[in-house]
Amino acid sequence: MIQRGRKFQRQLYGYLGAALFLLAFWQYVAWTLKTPMLPTPQAAVSATSRLLLEANLGRHLWVSTYRVVLSTLLSLLLGLPLGLIMGHERRIDRFLAPLVYITYPIPKIVFLPLILLFLGLGDRSKIFLITFIVFFQILVTTRDAVRKVPAETVSSLRSLGGNRVQVYRYVLLPASLPDVLTSLRLSMGTAIAVLFFAESFATTEGLGYFIMDSWSRAAPDEMFAGIIMMALLGVSLFIVVDLLETILCRWQHVKGN
Amino acid sequence: MIEISDCNLAYVQGTSQVQVYDDFSLKVEPGESVVLIGPSGCGKSTLLYLLAGLLQPTGGEIRIWGEQVVGARQKTAFILQEYGLFPWLNVEQNVCLGLRVRHIPKRKYQRAVEEMIHKMGLWEVKHHFPSQLSGGQRQRVALARALTLQPDLLLMDEPLSALDALTRERLQKLLLEIWQEQKLTTVLVTHSIEEAVFLGSRILVLADGRPTQVMGEIFNPLVGQSGYRQTSEFFQKTSYVRSLLEGGMVG
Repeated sequence: MIQRGRKFQRQLYGYLGAALFLLAFWQYVAWTLKTPMLPTPQAAVSATSRLLLEANLGRHLWVSTYRVVLSTLLSLLLGLPLGLIMGHERRIDRFLAPLVYITYPIPKIVFLPLILLFLGLGDRSKIFLITFIVFFQILVTTRDAVRKVPAETVSSLRSLGGNRVQVYRYVLLPASLPDVLTSLRLSMGTAIAVLFFAESFATTEGLGYFIMDSWSRAAPDEMFAGIIMMALLGVSLFIVVDLLETILCRWQHVKGN
Repeated sequence: MIEISDCNLAYVQGTSQVQVYDDFSLKVEPGESVVLIGPSGCGKSTLLYLLAGLLQPTGGEIRIWGEQVVGARQKTAFILQEYGLFPWLNVEQNVCLGLRVRHIPKRKYQRAVEEMIHKMGLWEVKHHFPSQLSGGQRQRVALARALTLQPDLLLMDEPLSALDALTRERLQKLLLEIWQEQKLTTVLVTHSIEEAVFLGSRILVLADGRPTQVMGEIFNPLVGQSGYRQTSEFFQKTSYVRSLLEGGMVG
């Protein structure tokens, strides 16, 4: 317990140090370039607090968070079970794998016009697009993780009397969880990038809209307020997945004999 | 009684078919400790998978206490090579898993499991994960998990092969004690001659190559006697098993 606390403290110092370094770098670049398009950190931070308190930056942050989190949960809900099944049931895999392999590399983002056409300009089209992309990443990782599980581990559970469903519950799911969470962490970056793209079209809500709008109004400090919020959203989600990994995959972090 | 009658098993490797068992038969009496010994790839482990019901023979049948084996049996415990522990479960959870998948409520087995963990000397490490255990401890977890199921048949696939000499001898003694205490019918696969003679009331020497053939059957009535390892009978038996194994090697 104490050890874990200390590890957490070390991590916290690490994050603080990295944040300070980035701020210093930003300050340095702002001083050197002296362009109105790159405000100093102070200007950006004061714009952020002003917009949070007096304007509706908080609202935009909330809308974006809601879209990303819901899409990620949906992707997990769809991708995880399907990945587990494809990884384990060879007959289903033989049918579905080619389909996935052909559609996976297609950039789904190009379907945005069609998605907007069918799902409208609201939340649904954005959530669909992010889910559509993140789902594939989780599906492919889960499937490959399950295929790595040694046959003996499955045999071991079956010899204990485990049935088909229990093989998923007690072997395949826990065995693939570390890989799934890693892919989820990486997907966070993708999800936010897609979110930004989706929000920069035909919408009036969300951080993507806020950033593009500030840009077109030539308000760089406000634009950077939006960027700071976007970064905050990304880092927070990253940390949440990291914490989940520490809690759910404790066996991966113990010191070996 | 365990009866394997005229079993056939074949699998396809590339374009050719490999016949692992061709009309193979074997009987094991209740309370016997049968040890299968032979070169690697002679089908020893496959026999355990068949007995455990994890593989189905393509012909013939396997009966345990008169009932045909069609799937994993509730009363068969199978310790796989490399112990078959689940790395994401700690010692206690690993020991309980067999009972959990049987939907037995925790209050019913809690005490028995705790006693078993004590008996196996795992109490201090019961919250450790397998990666934190030594090889001997891992094997004892596997044994504890098998025994909590109160099996009437214990199958073991090279249970002690990855252990150092002293741990190995200690666990051999433990296995012998368990077998003698409970008169547990046991089928064990090994490639150690010493272990075969120390643990087997009957030793079957399997020939190299496929299909699997028994080329020698050795009764070992003195098994389990104290100090057996130091006697001349023990030495004679091991020499005999060795000569059979050497004679059966191809090439």
